[in-house]
Order: sequence, then C-alpha cells, then structure tokens
Amino acid sequence: MTWSATARGAHQPDNTAFTQQRLPAWQPLLSASIALPLFFCAGLAFIGLGLGLFYSSYGIKELEYDYTGNPGTGNCSACALADQDRAPPLRCSCAWYFSLPELFPGPVYLYYELTNFYQNNRRYSVSRDDTQLSGLPSALLHPANECAPYQRRASGLPIAPCGAIANSLFNDSFSLWHQRQPGGPYVEVPLDRTGIAWWTDCHVKFRNPPLVNGSLALAFQGTAPPPNWPRPVYELSPDPNNTGFINQDFVVWMRTAALPTFRKLYARIRQGNYSTGLPRGTYLVNITYNYPVRAFGGHKLIVFSNISWMGGKNPFLGIAYLVVGSLCILMGFVMLVVYIRYQDQNDEDEDAE
Amino acid sequence: MCATHPRRWNRFAALCAHRTPSQSICLPHSDSQVGSSGQETGALSAHGVCSVLISLAARTASLFMCGSSGQWCRPARRALCPASPSAAVLVKCLLVSACDSVALAMCAGEENWVDSRTIYVGHREPPPGAEAYIPQRHPDNRIVSSKYTFWNFIPKNLFEQFRRIANFYFLIIFLVQLIIDTPTSPVTSGLPLFFVITVTAIKQGYEDWLRHKADNAMNQCPVHFIQHGKLVRKQSRKLRVGDIVMVKEDETFPCDLIFLSSSRGDGTCHVTTASLDGESSHKTHYAVQDTKGFHTEEDIDGLHATIECEQPQPDLYKFVGRINVYSDRSDPVVRPLGSENLLLRGATLKNTEKVFGVAIYTGMETKMALNYQSKSQKRSAVEKSMNVFLIVYLCILISKALINTVLKYVWQSEPFRDEPWYNQKTESERQRNLLLRALTDFLAFMVLFNYIIPVSMYVTVEMQKFLGSYFITWDEEMFDEDTGEGPLVNTSDLNEELGQVEYIFTDKTGTLTENNMEFKECCIEGHVYVPHAVCNGQVLPGAAGIDMIDSSPGPGAREREELFFRALCLCHTIQVKDDDDVDGPRKSPDGGKSCVYISSSPDEVALVEGVQRLGFTYLRLKDGYMEILNRENGVERFELLEILSFDSVRRRMSVIVKSITGEIYLFCKGADSSIFPRVIEGKVDQIRARVERNAVEGLRTLCVAYKRLTPEDYEGICTLLQAAKVALQDREKKLAEAYEQIEKDLILLGATAVEDRLQEKAADTIEALQKAGIKVWVLTGDKMETAAATCYACRLFRRGTQLLELTTKRLEEQSLHDVLFELSKTVLRHSGSLTRDNFSGLSADLQDFGLIIDGAALSLVMKPREDGSGGNYRELFLEICRNCSAVLCCRMAPLQKAQIVKLIKLSKEHPITLAIGDGANDVSMILEAHVGIGVIGKEGRQAARNSDYAVPKFKHLKKMLLVHGHFYYIRISELVQYFFYKNVCFIFPQFLYQFFCGFSQQTLYDTAYLTLYNISFTSLPILLYSLMEQHVSIDTLRREPSLYRDIAKNALLRWRVFIYWTLLGVFDALVFFFGAYFMFENTTVTSNGQIVTTNTHMIFGNWTFGTLVFTVMVFTVTLKLALDTHYWTWINHFVIWGSLLFYVVFSLLWGGIIWPFLSYQRMYYVFIQMLSSGPAWLVIILLVTVSLLPDVLKKVLCRQLWPSATERIQSTRVRGQDRLPELTLLASPQSPSPWAVWLGPHTERGTPTWPPLAGLLHRHRPPGPAPHGWTADGQASGPRL
Repeated sequence: MTWSATARGAHQPDNTAFTQQRLPAWQPLLSASIALPLFFCAGLAFIGLGLGLFYSSYGIKELEYDYTGNPGTGNCSACALADQDRAPPLRCSCAWYFSLPELFPGPVYLYYELTNFYQNNRRYSVSRDDTQLSGLPSALLHPANECAPYQRRASGLPIAPCGAIANSLFNDSFSLWHQRQPGGPYVEVPLDRTGIAWWTDCHVKFRNPPLVNGSLALAFQGTAPPPNWPRPVYELSPDPNNTGFINQDFVVWMRTAALPTFRKLYARIRQGNYSTGLPRGTYLVNITYNYPVRAFGGHKLIVFSNISWMGGKNPFLGIAYLVVGSLCILMGFVMLVVYIRYQDQNDEDEDAE
Repeated sequence: MCATHPRRWNRFAALCAHRTPSQSICLPHSDSQVGSSGQETGALSAHGVCSVLISLAARTASLFMCGSSGQWCRPARRALCPASPSAAVLVKCLLVSACDSVALAMCAGEENWVDSRTIYVGHREPPPGAEAYIPQRHPDNRIVSSKYTFWNFIPKNLFEQFRRIANFYFLIIFLVQLIIDTPTSPVTSGLPLFFVITVTAIKQGYEDWLRHKADNAMNQCPVHFIQHGKLVRKQSRKLRVGDIVMVKEDETFPCDLIFLSSSRGDGTCHVTTASLDGESSHKTHYAVQDTKGFHTEEDIDGLHATIECEQPQPDLYKFVGRINVYSDRSDPVVRPLGSENLLLRGATLKNTEKVFGVAIYTGMETKMALNYQSKSQKRSAVEKSMNVFLIVYLCILISKALINTVLKYVWQSEPFRDEPWYNQKTESERQRNLLLRALTDFLAFMVLFNYIIPVSMYVTVEMQKFLGSYFITWDEEMFDEDTGEGPLVNTSDLNEELGQVEYIFTDKTGTLTENNMEFKECCIEGHVYVPHAVCNGQVLPGAAGIDMIDSSPGPGAREREELFFRALCLCHTIQVKDDDDVDGPRKSPDGGKSCVYISSSPDEVALVEGVQRLGFTYLRLKDGYMEILNRENGVERFELLEILSFDSVRRRMSVIVKSITGEIYLFCKGADSSIFPRVIEGKVDQIRARVERNAVEGLRTLCVAYKRLTPEDYEGICTLLQAAKVALQDREKKLAEAYEQIEKDLILLGATAVEDRLQEKAADTIEALQKAGIKVWVLTGDKMETAAATCYACRLFRRGTQLLELTTKRLEEQSLHDVLFELSKTVLRHSGSLTRDNFSGLSADLQDFGLIIDGAALSLVMKPREDGSGGNYRELFLEICRNCSAVLCCRMAPLQKAQIVKLIKLSKEHPITLAIGDGANDVSMILEAHVGIGVIGKEGRQAARNSDYAVPKFKHLKKMLLVHGHFYYIRISELVQYFFYKNVCFIFPQFLYQFFCGFSQQTLYDTAYLTLYNISFTSLPILLYSLMEQHVSIDTLRREPSLYRDIAKNALLRWRVFIYWTLLGVFDALVFFFGAYFMFENTTVTSNGQIVTTNTHMIFGNWTFGTLVFTVMVFTVTLKLALDTHYWTWINHFVIWGSLLFYVVFSLLWGGIIWPFLSYQRMYYVFIQMLSSGPAWLVIILLVTVSLLPDVLKKVLCRQLWPSATERIQSTRVRGQDRLPELTLLASPQSPSPWAVWLGPHTERGTPTWPPLAGLLHRHRPPGPAPHGWTADGQASGPRL
C-alpha cells in the first residue's frame, strides 16, 4: 500500500465536479415549514381515503356460520361427534338455515374458513412437488423427497399429487338452497365452482400430465391417490377441464395460506336469478361433513360475502387510514404549536450570534 | 594450541583489545601502519587469556568477560573451535559458564550464529590460517513481493479470507445450511458469501498478478558482475551473497552492496533514495578505504577480504559491520563499516560513472524488501463501535433463536400441534433424539435469522473506505503547486477517524513552520552581525552588508571572528552540487558563485549561505579536504579528520579538521543547552543573553564552540572513535559515549540565529482547529522561548492566555509536587468560577490557559513514584492539561513525543489523538497516535512514509479534518447504523412470523428476496450515500469549524443513537408485519381482479403475505435513506429511484416466468397478482407512511426544539438569510498579504517580529478590543446539545 500510494499522489488531481465533491445537487431540508403542510395534506388525504374505505367496507355484507359442530352448536354436532378419532363418518351431512330479510347484493362469494390450521407450517408447506403438479410425466412417477411421508404408498406406488398439502385437501362440500316464500320449495342456487383460483395457476402453473390415449386416468396410471383421498385425482370433478391437477378446488387449496386462520374461496354465485345477489328469503346450506378439524382444535366456518372496489370486507384498512390521517393532523398541530412557540426563540438566538 | 595459530590469536586479541582501552592498543587506523607493537601486545594478551583458560581461573575469565559485551565470545569461540576439539570444548564450557554468569542473554543464542554473517568477497576463501570456512546459506536475489503462487492461490487465499471473523461466521452458517435441514436454501447465504469471497479473491489475485509481473521484471533485469576478472551479465535473480557487482550511473542497485570502489578518485559516489524513502536529495556514500583503489575488474577480482556484518534489519539508516582485507604481506586490516558504506537496493546511482560493490544482503533480505512489510493496523473508533454493535446483534440473534426454540417445544407439547393429522412426520423424524432435534431447530433458527448480521456490511464498509479515500487524493485544494505534491492516503481504514480527533499533537519545525531557514544574524563574543538579508523578496531596512551593532572588535576579536566563520564553514555535512540538474536545487543568492548546497538539515544550508554573505564561502570537499574561500578570495584547505555527526539526543555535531599549518581543531555546533554546559571559556553571559533574546523573537539559535587539539589528544580521540565504530553491537551507545568524552572543555565562539518562517495559514488552521473543539499541543525539540514565540505567532497562545509553566527552571525553585498542585489549583479555581459564570450568563470574559512543559519536567511527571503512595502525578498533570486550551511541550526527545501521545491516548476519556509531523523525529508519535499524519516536508519522507495520511502542508489539515473527516464520519456512521436498521427491518418480521406458523422456521420471504435484499435491492443507495452525502456544504464546514463539535466523541454511534435506530427498525418491522397481518387476518383479502384480468378472484397465500411485507420494507428502507439524504446529486436520484425500480422489475420478472431451474414455483405471479389488487396498493402506501412517520416527526421536532449547530446552519441556508459573513470567525481567505495571516491583528503595532511576546515577557497586555475571532468563539461554540 505504501509503495503504490506514493506513486498515486504524484500527479495533479483532476478537477471535475465529481472528484472535488461539488456536483450540482438538490439540497432539501426536512424543516417544520415543509413538514407542516405536508402533514396536514397527508392527514386530510388519508382521512378522506379512510372514510371512503371505511364506508365501502361497511357496505359489504358478510354472513358466516361456524359449522364445526362443537356440542350444542347446531346440527353439525352429530357429525362432529364421530370426529374424535380422525376418521369422519362417511357422508355425514348437516345443514345451516338462515334467512335474508333483504337482497344480499351480488356478486356473492362463498368461502370456507378454517382456524388453527397451520398451512404455513414449514414441514407442511414444503410438502409438495411443483414439478409433478406441472404435469411432467417423469416427476409424476418420482415425487420429490419433500413429500415424505406422503411420497409413496406402502405398496411403493408413487402418490400423485404427493405431499401433505394435497393429502389434506379440504373435502367438505356445500350446496345452497333457496326458499322464496315460507313453506315454498327449496330451489338449488347454482354455485359456480370455476374461476375461483388464479388464472395463471390453473392454466400455467398446474398442468395435467399429457393424456394417454385421450384418457386422463391412463395418464395417471401407476400412481396412487393420497391416502386420505377417497378417489383418485382425475375423478375430482366430472368436468374434464376442471379435474386432475387443474381442479380449481385443488388449486385453491394448494395455495397455502399465510396465517393459521384463513378463508378460501369455494364458489361464486352469479348465475341465473342470482347474478344480482341473493334475494330475500330463507336459505339452506347443505353441508357434507367430511373434514375433521376438532382433532387440532380448529373450527370450520362457512361465509357468504360480497365485495366492493377495494375487495372484501376489510374494516382494518379504512380504520387504519382514518387513524393515521388523524395522527398526521394531530402531529401537524403539535408541530405548529412548537413552530410558533420556538420560532421566535430561534430567531433571537441567531440574532444574538 | 596458542602458539600454532598466532594469526587467529592475534585476531582474537585484537577483538579483545578494543574492549579494554586501558591497554591502549590502537588498531590500525590509517592505511599505512599495522603496528608491530600492536601485534605483539595482542599476542601477549592472547597468551594471557590462554593461560588463564588453561589454569581454569574461571573468576578471571568471567571478570574478563564483564568488560565485553557478548559478541566477542563468538569470534573467540569460532577461532577456537576448529583448532582442537577437546580444548575447544573446554574453552566453550568456560566461556559459556562465564557468559551465563555475566551476560546470559547475550550468549544464549550462540549455537547458531544468528546475529551476524560472514561474507567472502568474490567467494574467495580467506587465506589459510584465517578463520575456517563456515558456509552460510543465504537466499538468492529473487524479490518475491507476491503472496501467492499459481498453485497455492486458492487454498491460501481462502484460508486468509476465512480468518476474518465475519467471513468465518458466514461460512459456518453456510455449512449449517448444507448439513441440516434448514428453512432457507444454502444458496441464500452461500451466494453472498461466494460473491464476497470471489470479489476479494479476484482483487487480491489481480494485485498479486501485478506483483508477480513487477517481481519478474525486477528479477530478470540484467546485472553486471565480476567473475574471474571478467564482466558478466546475468539476471538479477542469480546474484548471490558475496558476488562483486558493477553498477553504472543511473542504474538501480540490485541488492544491498558494500561499496568497494568507484570511478571517482575520492572513493565516493552519490545516490538518491527517492524510491526507497522519497528523499530526492543526493547522498554521498564512501567506499571502503582499503579497496577504493581497485578501479578495474581485474583489480577488484584480486581482492581478498571477508565482511562480517549483522543479519539483515529493516532499518534503512542503520548498518554495522566490519571488513577484513587480507593482503599477502601483512595481517588483515580491519575496517568498520557503517551505513555510509552500504548501498541499498532500490537506490539509484547518480553523478558517478560506475561503482563496484559486494553483495551482502540479497533478495528478500535486502532492507528494501524487509521494509515492504506493512505496519500494524490501526482500527478506527467507528470500527470498534461497529464490532460492539455486531456483538449486540449476535446476542440478539442467539436470543431470538433460543426464544423460538424454547417456544417451539412449549407449543408443540400438545401432540395435535406437533403432529396434526394433516401434517405427519416421517418415521425417521419421529425417532430422532429430542436433544438432537432441539439443537437442529436452534441452528435452523440461527440460519433463519442470520441475515441480521449482514455479510454485505463488511463489503460495503470496505468499498466505502477504499473509494472514499480517493476524495482526499483527488482534492485539488490539498494539492500543493509548489512542490507538486498531493495528499497521500496510506491507509483508508481511518478515514472516519479524521472526523473524531480531539487532540492534535503537532511538531513545530517543518510542520507549523516552513522549515525554510533564513540566516538572520550571528553573534560573535557579543558582537552582532547581520548579513545582507533578503526576506521574501524585499530587502529589510537597515541591513546592508555587514552591520556591526557593537563597537568594532579588537585584533584578537578579529581572529575569533574569522575562526567563527571558518567554524560555520566547516562544521556541517553539506554536499555541494556543482552541476545544475539536481532535484530541488537551492541556489545561493550570490549569482556569481553558483554553489548549490544540499543537506538533510536546512539549518546548515542557511548557516553556510549566511556565512557566504559574510565573506566565507564553503567550496567543496575534495579528497578529504574541505575548501573554503575566505574574504580575500583565497582558498583555504582543511583536512577533514572526523565528523561526529548530529543526533537528536546530543543535539550537536562536531568536526575535527586539520589546517594546512597542522593545527587540529574541533568545531562543535549545537543547541545552546547542549553547548553551554560543555564550555569552559568564552563570553558565555553575553552570548547567552543574545541567544535568549533571539529565541524570544522566535529564531532558531545554535551555538558554536571549538577547541584546539594537540596531536596526542587527537590520537586518543581516534582510538576512542575507532573502538566505538568497529563495535558490532551497541555501536550507537558506544559512539554516544565516545562523543560525550570528546566534546567537552570547549571554548565558546558565538551563536547564530536562523529564522524559520511560519507556514502559510498555520495560524488560521490552528484557530479553526481550536474552534472545532480540538486541543492542539505543540511538541518540539526546540527551546522554550522559540517555541513559545511560534505558538503566539500561530495563535495557539493569545494575548489573553495565561501561561502556566512547568519547566526545569521552575522546578529548581519548587518541588514538582508543589508546582503541580499550585497549577492545578489555579486552573481548577478558574474552571469552577467559569461554570458559575456560564450559569449566570456572564461568560464574556473567558480566561484560557496555556501550559508550557519541557522534556525534563515531563520525564519527572511521567516517572512513577518510588513509594507508590499518594497517587500519581500523571493524573494531576492530565487534569491541568485538560483545562488548558493549549499546551506546548518543548525540548522533547522523539520518544517523549510518543510518550505524551500515549499518555493522552490512554487517559480515562480515551480521546482520539492525531499526530502530525514532518521529520524522522516525529515518526514515533505518528505511529503512536490514532491517526498519524505526515507532512511531506523538506526533511525527507520518513514521516510521510510511516503516516496514515500525508499532506503537503500543515494548512491542509484543516480541510482534512473539518471537511473530509467530518464527511467521512457522517457517512460511515450513517452507513453502519443504516445497515443494522435495515437488517432489523428485514429479519424482525421473520421472527414475528414464527409465532404464527407454529415456530416451524417458515421463511417469510422467498429465497431470491432473502439473497438479494442486501446485495442488490438496498445496497447501492447506501453505498452512494456514504460516498456522496454532504449534510452541509464544504464551504460551510470550512467556515464553521465549530460544527466539528457536533460529531465529537463518536456522537453518531453512541448507544442512544444506536438504540434509536434499532428501535426504529423494530417499530418499522412491527408495522410491516402487523399491517400485513391485519390485512390477511379474518378478512377476505381479495381482489375483484378488475385491474389485470377479468375473471380472477383469488385469495392470497403466504408468499403474497411475505412479498407484501418485503415490498413495504424495500420501499420504507430506501425512502428512509432518501429522507436522510441532504445532498441529491443525479447519482443519488439515479441510485435511489433506480433501486426501487430494479426491485419492481426484478419482482415482475421473477414472478412472471416459470423458471426451469427452480424446483418450486411458489413466486409465480405472486407479485403481479398482489399489484393487481387495490388494497395491496393502499396497504403499501399506508405502511410506508406509518413507518416513516416517527422518523420524520423526530427529525422535525428535534430540529425545531433542540437544533444542533449543524442543523442551524442548514436552516440558515434554506431560509436564504445569508448570515454567514456575520458568523465567519476566521480571517477571510483572501488576506491582503501573507504577513497579515501570521501577524494577525497585531500589525498595527508596527514591529515586524512577534509582538505578542511583549505580553509574554512583560505581562503587558496591549489595549484595544480582543481579536474578533476570539469573542465570537465563546458563543458560537458554546456547549449545546
């Protein structure tokens, strides 16, 4: 260093704005006189936005029902009773009746909500094989090691789709019935089970393996369904565009939730008479109760909700904006007081100098 | 035994002889005579020793040994051993036992001759009967400055890199990731580590390649050497120790050579060591007396000699050895060899056609190569705090991991949580040992949170320091046009320390003053002579020719006068350059005789030039004769017999000359304190009075004395000197003792006065530095009066300064104890009343103190008390110093300078010290201080070479500290704090997330984000900030030195600030995480999908959650930096907005494609989907605002309520009220004349020299307003927040 440094300083330095640290520069200063209007403006804007958000969130209707079936809570308890040893009784079903005094404006979305379910547990969330889900035939037969212990059946057959996430696919099903007049017949409300997953997921990321002789079932030959599944993956839905890996229920489930309490979209209600929403009347949700949650202290809920321009019901955002906006205004006033109170003093100080 | 080897014994005896001067054996000194008496006496004493040994008179032997230092045992034993094994063993036992009892340490390493080497000139073995040939192995002449070879580069470089604790830490993390199942892939920490390691390795490899190239060029360059009487050209690397080499003019010496002969008749040559130590002056080296006659290859090949010398040492200026020249007829001639006989590798031959030399140190053993080794590393205060903070963060990291591990097992104690039906373990996982599992989990958490200690911080800090240091070397204002020198940065590690300096220790001569000497007057026996003075281009009035102030001297005095002038003409070590193409020539003012004097001491040049104006001109040194031209234009010749060269301990030098008439004189010249005690005759009182008066005027005074020697005296002196000079060990000490004996009983002739002008803007600089809150101490070897005058001139002492003296003179009257207590009472009483005054607001009359201490008093203070009771004087002394605004230490030896620095450095406040000096005597303090600055001055480059930074002039210190230091400190402290802050922001959400994912080490962010966060998303803005930021402008900083106080004491890296940043990071992290959490929790965070696609209606998963947090974080962290940026150049705009844009573009790309090399596609479309949702935008805006709000609030309120001086200045600028002229405390840079700068406000008094001295001497304070700068200072820099 010494030797090279000696050589380095030998010549006259360049005189450029950069080397002399004199590049032209904008030199803003965060002083009270700038911050004050900023705070007031930001505060007002935030309050305005907050009010908008709050009201639009307020206008969103949400209807939810806990059908876990804990003792004494509705008619699902019968199904839940048998839930203790992890094996839910077959085709146990229960129902939830509710009535709407007025129109539930559409479009209405049907969600299911699970609590205390750790989809974000690391062991759980890595237990999948994206290559297999992308329909690669070789990966289909050789699931990734992360899938263990849901990698292969005891018989040695590879599981498709492998992994804990797929194995624990939510398998309750709902049907919605509407009774226009009391005592009248229940009419089934059509539930649109498509368009509930990300378009890119079920069109790009998830692909079925190439058909063998035009048959999806043959494409999955040599694989076994996950242990908890009563039927293989290619029979998830009768609709050929919604079965196999691209089944939308499955795709929705495979997008692991961020938090242990989460909702997932089950269906959209947008067809026929119900495109504008759910008209007034009595409704019946017929629940096929398959999914055990009491074993891990969880709950299952069914939720109807509509959305606004800013998404689903979300009072947090509106309230947060309002709070922050008011805080800004408040701070602005504090600063104003300080500014007026101490401005003179500073001037005096400077004059004294 | 003894009889059969008379030669060897003779030699042994000769070696013994010069240890025992009582026997008064004079070794052959001048070439002619090898006294037969000496030979006999030697033999006699040899017999004596022999008999002593044989009779086993161990006591005598040990007594005999007492007189010697250990080294002579060696030749003695060497002489004995080959002769007869049994006898040798006997003698060895005796010697060893004697050595053990007397000087164990000296003889301890006897077995393997480590301390000296023997060289056979031209590989000719000495004549039979001389010492036995013990071949010694020496390296060849290959210079290897490269560290690596092609083969060992990778392992060695890796090893060295991983020795750095940070790299090792990341390696461990990486290995843990490889070994155990961890949440993040090894890539996330491996890639940055790999990046860092690779970049460093490439840099080091490249540098090493350059070194290889340079080495090869050097090792292959042709060298002429003599083989069998012929000149042979070979590659330099093939040179061996003992080879005789011929070097031509302007060639560089290929290795360290002993100078045998030159083409010049007088056996001298001139070399320049510019590439070694930067001194461009020509130095004269002398050939060995006995070989200087060998001018042709054949002659030189016939030389039969051995050289004994010490093993290589890095000191460029020290060398001891001796040469034995064998001739056919007589016994070998022993000659001392010193550094004047040594030609160093790297030096260049000048003005000499060719020289012959014998290689003694080759290759890596040359002094140049030994000097390649870098000095010990100093570490800056910022780096220390950085390491402390790192430890804090390491603790945080470990506790986070521990907390999570414990909580995980508490939480998992419920089996349905540990292993719910939907998430079962594999069989092997179930069977794993609980402890092992816990350990694995702990390590996994460590890995998960390890980013809190950022690998990139080290890289960024290194880059900042390296690149930032260029701003110093680039600085045009610090470039000196006159000398063509710019500032040098020898280490970039201490840039920010320049902003932290609390104490400056400055040398006086050459640092504060120009070291540009002007002969003012001389005083011969009370008569004052002022030569025709040309000062700064203008002739001072009343000075034409010789001006005799006193009455005309009598005839006796006339003789004394001429003797005095002759003394000045002879007593020096000046070389005369007759040719004109010398670097930096100093032409004498007399146009006619164009002699150019070159000397390492400017005083000498000034004196000789002054005497020239008084009629005596020194012409040259030729063939051992000094020629001077006297007033009658007659040439006088004096034979130069001895030079007792100058050293800073003795503070004097002497020459012994023999006039044509055969009279032998000793002329001695030196500091008054070192001459007066040795004077026995002369008008001491008159001269002393004059010297003191001159010193008070700030002139450098030297006294000249002489004594006449009889030939017998001279003979004795010869012996004494020769004995000391031939010594291989302790030569310095022995020489000093000899000098002490010789330079006594002198007759005082007179004194000289030389003016050393103050450096340009020195006063200005000192004033600015003091306003910056820096205490300036002057450490000088000069006299108290001279030094005090300089201090007044450079406004270190002002008119109001009350001087406290702690000097030898005062200590003669009072005891140290009393003086110290009295001083401390004065100082403390005043500071007590001062604080009261401050409270009552009446601090207008600020009394400040200046302390003067001299070297002797200092050593008393530093000496620990014998009884050890009653505390130490040091504390008391420090207490006094602390209350003094300026301290002057005069009469300091170089080591005392370092001692003072150390004393302050280790005092209880641990202040940051800076030492600045220009000479070799300042090197010790430059090395000792936290920051060492060398002034590239006239006294060579030793100081500059050993310094951390070098500047051309003292005035550059102001910009160096007040501007560059301030900027560097601000920049690096922000860099450090910001790095910790942004990594808290980064990792704390990850920590919080563990509470919501069952402590399963689930990462919040995608691998790519984890890896790139510190590398690309947030690294460039801070790096550029840390290079470009200017919170106030350069001009303001220079104008307002008090701003320096705002950053004193590591202000921006105090715990309070660190905790603020950390808490801010935690707060921001909480906002990011819980903001996103409340968005996702129990609500349908959905989008109607109208923005991007029509039929999408999705629910966000965990990766969207993480991406949301990450996006908010990247924006917040970057905008936080934007808020802190005061200086927005286009580069800042480019980098800050560019980074954000890069993040967005990268995320779009990363999520927009199914990457074939990834096994998972978890980020696919996540970012795009997030942006297509309105609430996500709203949340991002909200969270970024909330995160920045407290910082903005804090900034605004602090600025309004408790503004620092810096902030006031900033506000002033913004408001456009240009009050700055009012605030300007310094003299304006465009002073009317250079005089005004250093005479300051006192010019009205009309005297051209140091008027404030009147105040010092007569306690007389001139009336009138205090200097403008002083009154303003008290308020502008008063204690504020």
